[in-house]
Amino acid sequence: MSDSVPSSPPATTVRPTLTELFVAFVQVALSGFGGALPWARRMVVEKKKWMTAEEFNEAFALSQFLPGPNVVNFSVVFGGRFGGAPGAMVALAGLLGPPMLIATVLAVLYAQFGDLQTIGRILAGVTAAATGLLIAMVGKMAAPLFKRLSWAPLVAAAAFAGVALMHYPLPLVFIVLAPVSIAITWFYPVTR
Amino acid sequence: MNSPLVSIAGYFALLSLFAVGGANAAIPEMHRVAVDVMHWMSDKQFADSFAIAQMSPGPNVIIVTLIGYHVAGLAGAAVATVAMCGPTCAAAFIVSRLWDRFKQAHWRIAVQGGLVPVSLGMIAASAFVLARSADHSVLAAAITVATAVIGFATRLNPLWLFAAGGLLGLSGWL
Repeated sequence: MSDSVPSSPPATTVRPTLTELFVAFVQVALSGFGGALPWARRMVVEKKKWMTAEEFNEAFALSQFLPGPNVVNFSVVFGGRFGGAPGAMVALAGLLGPPMLIATVLAVLYAQFGDLQTIGRILAGVTAAATGLLIAMVGKMAAPLFKRLSWAPLVAAAAFAGVALMHYPLPLVFIVLAPVSIAITWFYPVTR
Repeated sequence: MNSPLVSIAGYFALLSLFAVGGANAAIPEMHRVAVDVMHWMSDKQFADSFAIAQMSPGPNVIIVTLIGYHVAGLAGAAVATVAMCGPTCAAAFIVSRLWDRFKQAHWRIAVQGGLVPVSLGMIAASAFVLARSADHSVLAAAITVATAVIGFATRLNPLWLFAAGGLLGLSGWL
């Protein structure tokens, strides 16, 4: 692992081993009904304390603006930061491997029996809970933004309104808001 | 056997590069190609694959595994998943490496600080969209609100809330 030590060690005190990374992302994947993101934050920030709330926000924002599935990107960014290329690969394998297996088995069962009604009803309840969990996570991610006086809550509100209320395409909202937000941060830096 | 695998690989690799905003943002485009253009599957089969992907734990991108499986069996499942995730994962790895190198640069601090609130607003928007489609009844909305409050304020494992939601759903009250 000598050549795969990350160039900039994170500020947190605990560092996961490759095995811990793999197991953690398997757990995230297996808990993540209705979206794995809240579970990734819960694991990384709350349970393992591998990242602070701010570090998670920053790493996730980066993952979100790269093309491809967000949580998948996050596993690569996170694994890479702590364990180089091997770290990125084990985190990715942990996140994608078990769900691929389960989904394929479900697809085979479905082809055999073909009744999604019962599962669909259970799923409706699970989705309602998963939505609540996502809302809770938004609240937690927003908390660091409100700690100090800044423009950030206004920008977040504008992004929310553009996508959720005005139904503008996501890339459009991003192309308009990101430069504005970056310019604000450039000219009015927040002192930590 | 060879040609469907090649077209799956090419199509998903291409799609992944434009899938800014996650797998769910790319669903309409997947539907267009898999059903209308390539005739890999029927409309109902696509809807069922989407439902199965939602049911499975883990990232929603798993729907590409199912489309691949439908077209070319286990090999198709593997090829579709690798094609959808491989190129963007490599990009994510390289960009995050470069990103860390400029940790102290003024422009990087501004870009990163500027992206965080935009990102947060977009996640909030997807929670809003999800809530509107999931909460058809008062009880379903109550489950969402209860999970949001408990998830924000306590350290209870949310799987208990998922189990409660699933049981209520099974009972047919939602």
